[in-house]
Amino acid sequence: MLFGAAGWLPAALLAPQLAIVLVFFYWPALQALFQSVFIQDAFGGSLQFVGLENFQYLFSDELYLYSFQVTAVFSIAVTAIGLTLSLALAYFADRAIRGAYVFRTLLIVPYAVAPAIAGVLWIFLFNPTLGIVSHWLRGVGVDWNHVLNGGQAMILIVVAAVWKQISYNFIFFLAGLQSIPKSLLEAAAIDGAGAWRTFRSVIFPLLSPTTFFLLVVNVVYAFFDTFAIVDAATGGGPAKATEILVYKVFNDGFKALDIGGSAAQSVILMIIVLALTVIQFRYVERRVRY
Amino acid sequence: MPGRSLSARALTYVVLALGVLVVAFPVWVTFVASTKTLDEVQSVPMSLLPGTQFLKNYAEVLASGAGNTTAPVARMMGNSLVMALAIAIGKIAISLLSAFALIYFRFPLRRTAFWLIFVTLMLPVEVRIMPTYQVMADLHLIDTYAGLTLPLIASATATFLFRQFFMTVPDELAEAAKIDGAGPMRFFWHVLLPLSRTSIAALFVIQFIYGWNQYLWPLLVTTQESMYPVVIGIKRMIAGGDAATEWQLVMATAMLAMLPPVIVVVAMQKWFVKGLVESDK
Repeated sequence: MLFGAAGWLPAALLAPQLAIVLVFFYWPALQALFQSVFIQDAFGGSLQFVGLENFQYLFSDELYLYSFQVTAVFSIAVTAIGLTLSLALAYFADRAIRGAYVFRTLLIVPYAVAPAIAGVLWIFLFNPTLGIVSHWLRGVGVDWNHVLNGGQAMILIVVAAVWKQISYNFIFFLAGLQSIPKSLLEAAAIDGAGAWRTFRSVIFPLLSPTTFFLLVVNVVYAFFDTFAIVDAATGGGPAKATEILVYKVFNDGFKALDIGGSAAQSVILMIIVLALTVIQFRYVERRVRY
Repeated sequence: MPGRSLSARALTYVVLALGVLVVAFPVWVTFVASTKTLDEVQSVPMSLLPGTQFLKNYAEVLASGAGNTTAPVARMMGNSLVMALAIAIGKIAISLLSAFALIYFRFPLRRTAFWLIFVTLMLPVEVRIMPTYQVMADLHLIDTYAGLTLPLIASATATFLFRQFFMTVPDELAEAAKIDGAGPMRFFWHVLLPLSRTSIAALFVIQFIYGWNQYLWPLLVTTQESMYPVVIGIKRMIAGGDAATEWQLVMATAMLAMLPPVIVVVAMQKWFVKGLVESDK
């Protein structure tokens, strides 16, 4: 149903959204593309066209490749551990006869906590001198110091990032589980399938759309939304062991003032987001069909 | 399901209790630490029972901040609140209007407008840090509330949510409004808006949290402590080196920073879960 002959009205309705989008999204994105093919000195002086040199330089830069590797390890760990834990919790919450609502309420809390605050909570727990968890770890013979040990710093940000994302995954898995028809589970029980068998052959396949959706969402989360966790917990250190790609864009642009290099990194990140979005939408389309 | 064994039920509750314990543990330790003196926090291992300094620590950070930041936490909480409300309300308002235009009108360049909004999904702040900062500086928006909120108000997701919803509203309603002589804006106010209440509530929760928890953006556009949201302020309290950190005050600030978004999520849980699961599909 349409309102015809409205003249300027639709334009006026769209104007605020489009104005913000053009000024704060397209203009800077175009500038990133533009800057990525120039070299500029740190004081905003001379500008020199260099074509794809910034990109060539990046891919021959060991630190950049290392940052890719760090990001890969981080996002795989966050996604795999986060999805497994929250699926387990959702599975049991779905089975709980009483108290499911209370569990859900408690498990939702980390969603509301800012990533930076999550980082602060966990560095307090793991503080090498006064943290309670590092005290326990010393008790079992682990000398915890994420300020000096790169591997431990990585574990720290993975733990904080997983903790923060558990709520989101949990909500979706629980909704997915609750939409599985009870008759299917009863049929499996009548056929004599045990709990594990039922999970593997009935529940898990039926959950696969949810799982796939969460897979993409979690990768995007690990790539982009964890900036604050890294900044609050490790600052990319020690020795760049936790410098994920997004953090490197920030560091190179604002601290090292390498504008061309930072812009080229932004362009690469845009391409990654683009690819992830396309994957996500292909999946949505497929889902709409059935 | 009937006939489930006692041991299976026991396992269910053991796993859930463990899960809740692990998830809640950091928050509990934070609360405990925020009620102690610095000496108590620094004694290893810190006792896991609350101390006696609750009022003193919270009053101190609210009034005068902690560590390297001299801005009071009350002021930073105010900044966060302005950000969260402006972003949530602003986003809902401009998305409602643009979704209304896209669904109920045919006009030239309609598809172009749709795609212009849609593509922004692929341009999160994180990927355009430097150039966006330059735009903000050119527009003199550094250290202003407009600078903190405006760029985060545009959202393809909210526009989509409303667009999806408007498509399910029966055509007969608009037809009836037209026959009764109501113009498009009257229909929008008196029919469409009341029908969208649930979607608006869900979106409000999600966007309030999004706004309150913003980190990278305020880090770029604020240079004065009096403009810091609390999430940025707390990081500055720790940055001054390990020995100097007054953890009991940092932890009190962390509790305060968590409180508003947690209250919003728990109080509006029903709409939030519904909105999250439906809008992201």
